[in-house]
Amino acid sequence: MKRHLLEAADLDRDDATLVLDTAAQIEQALAGREVKKLPTLRGRTVVNLFYEDSTRTRISFELAAKRLSADVINFSAKGSSVSKGESLKDTALTLEAMGADGVVVRHSASGAPHRLANWVRGSVVNAGDGTHEHPTQALLDAYTIRQRLGRLDGVRVTIVGDVLHSRVARSNVGLLHTLGAEVTLVAPPTLLPVGVGSWPAEVGYDLDAVLPKSDVVMMLRVQAERMNASFFPSAREYSRRYGLDARRMAVLPDDAIVMHPGPMNRGMEIAAEVADSVRSTIVEQVANGVSTRMAVLYLLLGGSPQ
Amino acid sequence: MTNYLIKGAKPLGGDAVDIFVADGRIAAVGDSLSATGAEVVEAAGLVALPGLVDLHTHLREPGREDAETVGTGSRAAALGGFTAVHAMANTDPVADTAGVVEQVWRLGQEAGLVDVVPVGAVTVGLAGERLAELGAMADSAARVRVFSDDGHCVSDPALMRRALEYVKAFDGVVAQHAEEPRLTVGAQMHEGDRSARLGLTGWPAAAEEAIIARDVLLAEHVGARLHVCHVSTAGSVEILRWAKSRGVQVTAEVTPHHLLLTDACAESYDPVFKVNPPLRTDADVEALRAGLADGTIDAVGTDHAPHAVEDKESEWAQARPGMLGLEQALSVVIETMVEPGRLDWAGVADRMSVRPAQIGRLGDHGRPIAPGEPANLVLVDPAARSTVDPAALASRSRNSPYAGRELPGRVVATFLRGTATVLDGKATR
Repeated sequence: MKRHLLEAADLDRDDATLVLDTAAQIEQALAGREVKKLPTLRGRTVVNLFYEDSTRTRISFELAAKRLSADVINFSAKGSSVSKGESLKDTALTLEAMGADGVVVRHSASGAPHRLANWVRGSVVNAGDGTHEHPTQALLDAYTIRQRLGRLDGVRVTIVGDVLHSRVARSNVGLLHTLGAEVTLVAPPTLLPVGVGSWPAEVGYDLDAVLPKSDVVMMLRVQAERMNASFFPSAREYSRRYGLDARRMAVLPDDAIVMHPGPMNRGMEIAAEVADSVRSTIVEQVANGVSTRMAVLYLLLGGSPQ
Repeated sequence: MTNYLIKGAKPLGGDAVDIFVADGRIAAVGDSLSATGAEVVEAAGLVALPGLVDLHTHLREPGREDAETVGTGSRAAALGGFTAVHAMANTDPVADTAGVVEQVWRLGQEAGLVDVVPVGAVTVGLAGERLAELGAMADSAARVRVFSDDGHCVSDPALMRRALEYVKAFDGVVAQHAEEPRLTVGAQMHEGDRSARLGLTGWPAAAEEAIIARDVLLAEHVGARLHVCHVSTAGSVEILRWAKSRGVQVTAEVTPHHLLLTDACAESYDPVFKVNPPLRTDADVEALRAGLADGTIDAVGTDHAPHAVEDKESEWAQARPGMLGLEQALSVVIETMVEPGRLDWAGVADRMSVRPAQIGRLGDHGRPIAPGEPANLVLVDPAARSTVDPAALASRSRNSPYAGRELPGRVVATFLRGTATVLDGKATR
């Protein structure tokens, strides 16, 4: 494993498989235990450095670190020195001086974790940077797919929605390709980046044509403000062309699953009856997020605190 | 003033001769000259060029003297072999009145290392809404001939047309920063495969090319001169070639960094490589080199853009665009054009001195190395190679994209109207 987890490309197939296997072992080790805690990272310090509001991701990382017995510090931009104009570098030097072993960073600027990795000695874990990557989301998604379908090799994954602005899509395309899955991206052409042709994925505009050949459908959140920038004419038209409703769900293969990284816009990209159906893995994804992030922290920070 | 006898230099890379500089002019050029009382400059193996002229420099004064001043920028320019630099108008306050351009001009005179030629803003406050008092700037002591809103595009086509027409009255030229602003909202880097992967908002080549295409048509329609700043794409070169073939009075410049670097640099997320227009692809670099070689692109303009450390040591999106260029411009041209055989020394003199001086209407610069001409000269050691150390630069800023890179060529001496501004590779003041 590399020292940092900044993007999906930091993991080769062996590393990625190791993370998923480790997550599975952790889950087994904790199953049925009264005290859901392992002593592995006792004496180590993990800082959650969140420049963007993201309660679910922060809580997931916090729980992961605590279940490994690490000391956890939450450093959020609001109400801290950051909101008083402190630069990322000065924050990094502060964390460095405090002896952080791991820094989990969420930032609105693409590449901010890369910058941070130049300035701290501890391991940096990217918890989502701008429109770049969100590698632990991709790991938990891969873990969920493997858990449900029993494999990743050859699994046909269709990712639908705002690929242009999605760090989840970027990380999933990279990681799922590394793990042998076949990825197809479906979106209105306005929400696909120029240059998407160089990605290891098929690209299409017609959701109905792809669904019967999909083992996994991953719906991306579409933000309402995209509508005002003419990426598509209206929420209704988007929903009609690219939303996953019960009618579309019915044409999926029998054991196909439906995923969503959350938070969902029910009625926009995903209908309520789909989100709540047995195909939906949305709640499992949240649970698997903790195990996968435990695996990442364990593998990056594990060992004795010398 | 001191007279100089330059021994054994090769004018434009030709045969070695002696050059006698006296009273601010080239007094004689010939073999085995002697001159009593003159300081001898041993120049065996050195190439003599007319002093370089930059059409595109940001000196940051007034307003951001923490990043650069007219004084520090002038020293950087002299060390880079320049004898004249055009100081862009995006200062604080903006150089949109006779008062500000005269202030910059006077600061340049006081520094005395290069001719600092102020560029006047096209529109008041660079806001793109109404014309600044272009005539007043032209008539001022600064004698402004180049007008530019650089940093911003004069995007309103009617306003651009009026600016092109208006400056004809005093033989001025509008230097356009070609960027259709509606196509580059939030743009961070060249739009292509790499921006898609890095999640940085793309700056499409079409945003530059669309404005250049529009402006050459406007320049043709009103019979005016147009200069295009920092051309960065293959498509732009094609449009310029087409326009020139139609006889449009258009000139263009390319920066050293666009001749050497590509968008691959963005993969580090190090904002030292963030610049506007952005670094482009290998194919664009190749087209720019070809365009400079065949003269479609007239000049090298540095777009020297000093920034304080805190404006660069940040997240990519938060960082300000721009990079240093004055001190390495000639080295980059040697690396990308001379050593590969695409431009000889006469070509370097043409693209870095003669043509930019003509575009800026600077009568004293870009002249032949011949008796009677103003002694604006640079002596270059083409064989020397060195590794760029930002801490050793004369600029007040450190944002060099060439840090740690070995480049050819060393400026040994620079003369401004017969006064040595650089000797033995060191600034004289």
